Amino acid sequence: MTIINFKLNGDQIEYEIKDHWTLLHLLREEMGLIGTKEGCGNGECGACTVIVDKLAINSCLYLAVDADRKTIETIEGLASTDGKLHPLQQSFVDNGGIQCGFCSPGMIMSSKALLDSNPNASEEEVKHALAGNICRCTGYVQILESVEAAKKHMAGGGQS
Amino acid sequence: MNELKELSIVGKRIPKLDAAKKAMGRAEYIQDIKLPGMVYGKILYSKYAHANIVKIDTSRAKALPGVLCILTGDDVPKKMKMGFYKDNPPLKKGKVCSFRDEVAAVAATTPEIAKKALDMIEIQYEELPGIFDPEKAMQPDSPLVHDYHKTNVLNLPWKLHYGDVEKAEKESAFVVEERFTTQWVTHCCLGTSGAIALFDSNNNLTIHTNTQIPSLAQKDFLESLKAMGIENKRVRVIKPIIGGGFGSKLDSYAYEHVAILLAHACRRPVKIQFDRVEEFKATSTRQPTIIYIKQGCDKNGKLTFRDMRMVLDNGAYTSWGATTPSVMMMPITSLYRVENVRYEAKCVYTNNTYSQAFRGYGNPQATFAIESTLDMLAEKAGIDRVQIRRLNRNQPGDVTPQGFKISSCGLSECIDAVEKEMVINGPKEKGIGYGIASLIHVGGGARIYKSDGCGAILKMDDYGKVDIFTGGTDMGQGMDNITAQIVAEELGLLVEDINVVHSDTDVCPWDVGAHASRSTFVAGNAALGAAKKVKAVILEEAAKTFGVSPDQIVMKARNIFVPGDAEKTMTIDKLLRKVHFSPQGKMLMADYFYDPDNENMGKDMKGNMSVTYAFGAHGVKVKVDEETGKVTVLDYVAAHDVGRAINPLLLEGQVYGGVLMGLGYALTEEVVVRDGKTMNANFRDYKLFTAKDAIKIKAPVVETYDEFGPFGAKGIGEPGCVPTAPAIANAVYDAVGVRITTLPITPEKVLAALMEKKKNH
Repeated sequence: MTIINFKLNGDQIEYEIKDHWTLLHLLREEMGLIGTKEGCGNGECGACTVIVDKLAINSCLYLAVDADRKTIETIEGLASTDGKLHPLQQSFVDNGGIQCGFCSPGMIMSSKALLDSNPNASEEEVKHALAGNICRCTGYVQILESVEAAKKHMAGGGQS
Repeated sequence: MNELKELSIVGKRIPKLDAAKKAMGRAEYIQDIKLPGMVYGKILYSKYAHANIVKIDTSRAKALPGVLCILTGDDVPKKMKMGFYKDNPPLKKGKVCSFRDEVAAVAATTPEIAKKALDMIEIQYEELPGIFDPEKAMQPDSPLVHDYHKTNVLNLPWKLHYGDVEKAEKESAFVVEERFTTQWVTHCCLGTSGAIALFDSNNNLTIHTNTQIPSLAQKDFLESLKAMGIENKRVRVIKPIIGGGFGSKLDSYAYEHVAILLAHACRRPVKIQFDRVEEFKATSTRQPTIIYIKQGCDKNGKLTFRDMRMVLDNGAYTSWGATTPSVMMMPITSLYRVENVRYEAKCVYTNNTYSQAFRGYGNPQATFAIESTLDMLAEKAGIDRVQIRRLNRNQPGDVTPQGFKISSCGLSECIDAVEKEMVINGPKEKGIGYGIASLIHVGGGARIYKSDGCGAILKMDDYGKVDIFTGGTDMGQGMDNITAQIVAEELGLLVEDINVVHSDTDVCPWDVGAHASRSTFVAGNAALGAAKKVKAVILEEAAKTFGVSPDQIVMKARNIFVPGDAEKTMTIDKLLRKVHFSPQGKMLMADYFYDPDNENMGKDMKGNMSVTYAFGAHGVKVKVDEETGKVTVLDYVAAHDVGRAINPLLLEGQVYGGVLMGLGYALTEEVVVRDGKTMNANFRDYKLFTAKDAIKIKAPVVETYDEFGPFGAKGIGEPGCVPTAPAIANAVYDAVGVRITTLPITPEKVLAALMEKKKNH
């Protein structure tokens, strides 16, 4: 057992973990944060994407011990406390970026990591950033439209 | 067309009702559900494609602390068999017939212990020669997959002959003939399969499971209980939010029945959750096909006959894949006008995996052969490819040789819409090609089962809110929205006033399932029927209040009023309270069961399967790299006749998603199977399109207003992936002059064909 300290969605957390746990296991199975999904457990589908120190990572391949002293953002941390959706979440809702929804949290987190670091990302950059997130429902068309609309909204003064 | 007048809610781009919940990570999938006392089940699969099970020793595994129970084929009641052909016990006994055969199952307190226990089960096999090629399996000297069946060819009725094909062939000016093959592809639902089964103290079963067919699954599970000696009990099927369906959940699976057996054996809720490798190996694929086709036309290009024969690799067990010929018959007999048609399909047991329903249900396979050979025929006859399609197009009022009554039909307009966006026959650069292909699909239900019905129960509260309990199943496609929009439109409410309750057999009425692109049409009509009944009572009550006749009253935007009379207006919720809290008060409730006026196929396979049919045409521009054989899709138009768009936002989502799924089918996707073994059970080696490969798809909507559809609508769930493969194949031929007849159209195949072509020149 190891004790780790990390920042999760703005809150400082101390947690006793087993060394072999993945971050995905810690979040989902131990902490009950079910928003982060497991689609393959093998780093191939991106459903488990979270942001660690501003980088989008596959939490199924990331050991929980490595989260020590890191800043972690998950899908649960995006909406504001009054329930208002993050512009990316709202854009995915409004533009049909969500069907079955299983890829959506990962898709939104990958998009957020990109736009946080590169607010003017080109279409090619968006496609590149989302290449590791598989979606079987949408054909990606409305997902890319969602990110594009969110980008414009955020550039126009919408909060990030 | 006045039927297509602007409406308040129907026709609007209203976001998916559960999208915010999903965007916030609050949607609960089977992966997310934990019940008190729940334990974990795992399944052990065969090590061989074909082998006798000599001995199973579970003693070491049983002794592992945390293991609650272990089951083998010996513990499965004899009559517990899955699938319509009843050839598939949930755990196999005596012999295994494919790598995905379930041979033992464990329930343990943690998934890790269950997995460890599987490794400790010792099984002694005696390997048998396998048969993996369905055409070889048809030969009399082939090893038998199931000895009791006497032959590898299944006893199924897939045969029809209308008109006189042989005579028509003789009289044809031009005839083409080709052999096509299509591959195994798999659904790749992002959320893997899973179920939780639990029995209450009275032996009633509740099962939370990923299904598209709550009512038919309930029947399957009741049969399992009966086989287990548990009779006259209740089965409650609850489908949580699921991470995609696409047909994969149209039949019950072994894991669901195994969860039931384990839950009964250890008296605890048992969860079986697939991992991705298991999802690839132990769920069912699209039906692969070997297709022999001949088509002919007269000197003007009018189709004279179509003659098709298929061999379908059934795998070792039988699920809906073996019934896909029933839907293949639709394009075969009814895509374009063709009077003389013959078709025969043989489903053949092999030691491969078995197939299931998959978006389009056989239609993409048949349409690939039909539309590819139509281009070949056009070339042979010297007729423009678009022209031959226009010449033979279906038209409203047609009755096809199979007895399909074409009500609305926008095929012609769909071809127009493709041509508006893309010049199919225009000048082009080297390596660039254009392709076109059309489709017909069921658009008004599909009477495959004895009933094609859907029930709905609607109740209104004192505050103007509606709960509608529907038999329809949402799996991400938007059945919930369509239901809510239809009810809101009819009752003059807003979408947020409508709560759609679905996928729980304890509270929702019967429905045959989310398949055949039928939810908008059938569940939509069921909801509309219930709403109309309630509306009639509301209008009657309002008429008394206002002192006018009901037909003078309008319900809109939460208000009920007499147009032009400012005195006679009130909010709907106020009226509801008035009706409720009066002497002999009333609550507004209604039920409605809609069973479409379509027909089961007769012995001759004739019958109007669907109340109405959906049509479409796709156009594609590709670039073929002659050095590498790589096909790049540059532009795509998918025009669909949808009757009426209830929600264009969701409709486009269905088309875009269908097209990309179809492009995967055409170009990249294949479950690689070697001697029965799945070789690429992961997303690295199973090639799905990613966001990087995404293309801009134009999706013009043709609204023909179908008189039978709710507000004129027809189904659109499946059509997007139906004509994609032939459109691509036709474009590749147009670009570089090679005809690829086996899917997927990989660079290797294109390059080999190009080299072959060079050699022959």
